[in-house]
Amino acid sequence: MAIATDDVFESDGQQDFESTGDPIHRTRKTAMWVFLGSEVFFFGAMISTFILYRNTTEGGPGSEIFNIPFTSASSFVLLMSSLTMVLADNAFQKKDQRQGRIWLIGTALLGLTFLAGQIFEFTEFVHEGLTISTSPFGSSFYMLTGFHGIHVAGGVLMLALLVAFSLGRRLSPDHGMNVELVALYWHFVDIVWIVIFTIVYLLQI
Amino acid sequence: MALTTSDDLGYTPSTKGLWSWITTIDHKRIGILYAVSALVFFIVAGLEALVIRLQLASANGTLVSADAYNQLFTMHGLTMVFAVIMPIAAAFQNYFVPLMIGARDVAFPRLNAFSYWLFLFSVILLTSSFFLGGSPDGAWVGYAPLSTQITEYVRMDYYSIGAQLLGFASLASSINFVATIFTMRAPGMTLMRMPIFVWMTVVTSFLLIFSLPVIGVGLWQIFLDRNLGALFYEAQAAGDPLLWQHLFWIFGHPEVYVLMLPAMGIVSEIIPVFSRKPIFGYAFVVFSGMAIGFLGFGVWAHHMFTAGMGPVAEAGFGLATMLIAIPTGVKIFNWIGTMWGGRITFSTPMLFAIGFIAMFIIGGISGVTHAVVPANTQQHDSYYVVAHFHYVLFGGAVFGYVAGAYYWFPKWTGRMLNSALGHWHFWLMFIGFNLTFAPQHILGLDGMPRRTYRYAEGMGWDMWNLMSTIGAFLIAVSFLFFIWNVIVSYRKGKVAGNDPWDARTLEWSTTSPPPIHNFDQVPIVHHQDDFWYQKYGEDEEGRAVKLTPEQAGKPDVVEEEGGIHMPSPSFYPIVSAAGIAVLGAGLVFVSSGPIGFAVLGAGAIIALWGLVGWAAEPVTRGAH
Repeated sequence: MAIATDDVFESDGQQDFESTGDPIHRTRKTAMWVFLGSEVFFFGAMISTFILYRNTTEGGPGSEIFNIPFTSASSFVLLMSSLTMVLADNAFQKKDQRQGRIWLIGTALLGLTFLAGQIFEFTEFVHEGLTISTSPFGSSFYMLTGFHGIHVAGGVLMLALLVAFSLGRRLSPDHGMNVELVALYWHFVDIVWIVIFTIVYLLQI
Repeated sequence: MALTTSDDLGYTPSTKGLWSWITTIDHKRIGILYAVSALVFFIVAGLEALVIRLQLASANGTLVSADAYNQLFTMHGLTMVFAVIMPIAAAFQNYFVPLMIGARDVAFPRLNAFSYWLFLFSVILLTSSFFLGGSPDGAWVGYAPLSTQITEYVRMDYYSIGAQLLGFASLASSINFVATIFTMRAPGMTLMRMPIFVWMTVVTSFLLIFSLPVIGVGLWQIFLDRNLGALFYEAQAAGDPLLWQHLFWIFGHPEVYVLMLPAMGIVSEIIPVFSRKPIFGYAFVVFSGMAIGFLGFGVWAHHMFTAGMGPVAEAGFGLATMLIAIPTGVKIFNWIGTMWGGRITFSTPMLFAIGFIAMFIIGGISGVTHAVVPANTQQHDSYYVVAHFHYVLFGGAVFGYVAGAYYWFPKWTGRMLNSALGHWHFWLMFIGFNLTFAPQHILGLDGMPRRTYRYAEGMGWDMWNLMSTIGAFLIAVSFLFFIWNVIVSYRKGKVAGNDPWDARTLEWSTTSPPPIHNFDQVPIVHHQDDFWYQKYGEDEEGRAVKLTPEQAGKPDVVEEEGGIHMPSPSFYPIVSAAGIAVLGAGLVFVSSGPIGFAVLGAGAIIALWGLVGWAAEPVTRGAH
């Protein structure tokens, strides 16, 4: 949203977002965006740590153990979940809750598939001798991808809650949690994965 | 339209009894909870400081062991920063930001309650360490390897988890303030008409939002190193302890401004009122606050000049640090400019505000000396540094917050604080403070190291240390006056009325204390300091002239349809916060076997119950 600086300082809170729906909605969206801004720094600090330690393998396995085709496939699954999330959001905006629920469940299943892939990958790496205490490389790899996995898991939990609320007719503007906010979060977690996948797996400097 | 009465509220929450406090989501009551907690923890951390000063009163002190001393100064620092100054700032922000911008509450009242309870439970968790396994003893900066290598004690686990949880609480409340200020201002309240205190809340919130996640990562790394054998800071495995210092100070330096800027905001509110002039150079004060915020992110490594970063980094960070003195100086000139030619009343809030400016200048100047790299190398880890940051954080921040307490107490309680006792408080604190910390400049330049539990005879340090100890007790006495004043005035103080100081901002236009919905009718704002212009006009020479009621007319307000719907009380925030705190306690003891896991699991279940219940609960019960 491009607002000239003058307008920002001259306008009051009422006018800023006039076009974007009812007040509580824009307040919630503002908060979610600010929260995601904070998350950028959270992942930024972990990515920096990983870059610092990417070659500090202490004789243990390094980035050569990554299975790029496998992780590419699971990354694709996660990216597709963003598409289903958009479809879910769209359905709810058209007040088609049944359709929306189907897409929400689809999104959650794709998220779970990604998580299963991550668990499989971690197990493989541990068998090949890379654990969190093998080397600073191992520590920073597991921390970064692990916290991303926790974010995905949290997202799946929220999707499941949305489905339950929708079935119980508790999905309304009166409730703090709604599809649009969860969608914002979900897309963010996906985008972070694109960055992680690129920096951790693809850029083998 | 008739004035709105409480009958028109969708639901009128009870205001009596413990349950009403536990379930409250009213920003004003949460503000009071923050203030009372901050005062209690101020007493705790103050007592820790007194033990430290008694130990150092003379050479070869024998009051406490080195081990106890380490825990004392670590907990003094952690408590003062996270459990006193941040919450007292949050108290003022919670209570007054919505009032000042003409809002009925913060954006997310339940999230607000959650922030408070998580803060409270985290501090209780951190403080309980005294009795359960020992307190953090690696200083508030928690440098590796001190923080990571000694794993037979849980002390630094308390540090890692306690600070982590406090960070969550602050993050939630910062997001809340940003959303409130950006989207819930009264009509006509443009950004450049907001009171300076609100502006400083914006800057502080963004500082926390962008710096807390960074320390969060560092604290998790400490936790993983200690409990899962990760190697982030293990030098023997090529881990780099300096990484922690960077992550810590990328948070730690903005944090200093988090502690300072709200106090600057308070002083910027008080000085115009008691000089009877608008703030001098409003835009300069606002933008210098933002400049401090931006620059605050670019100076962290001046805490690390002795770590050997190389001349380029050191020169760069030294220059950036000097640069930050400019916006700070701008603010000081603006405050002095506001007082210049004003009709100044030396009431208690004004005394503390002026004390703030004077002490902060001294702290600021000693701060600039740290920016000079060679001098910094000499001063590093000496009492000179202790003197500097106490001049900034006590002489600056605490004076500012006490000024705020005297200024806004009438709005909180409807009664004035006693002025004579206030003057006693000010002068005792002013003298005691300088007696405590001025000698520490000399001690530091003379080589006395900080964080050392005793010193030898014959170093020439005895007299200065004794002075410092006497000063510390004077400060303690001055706060007895304050606490006495609060107790007496709360019961029998002079009744304040809506606007005892003839002030300028919107919070004074409503009753003292304000009704639950703050304003019967939401004001429409036409000026900066709108409330002043409802009361005063100008004659031909630009002097303020009190308007007669006929001239003033009725204030411009929003005509609302129907009643006001305030959100209903909820116990889910406290349940969620308690669950997360219990989960944190489990993490502290996770390497001590099954008990840790049991506590962890219990916490997770409680937290899940709270959060799911919260998400499923409508905002307003019984409305529509």
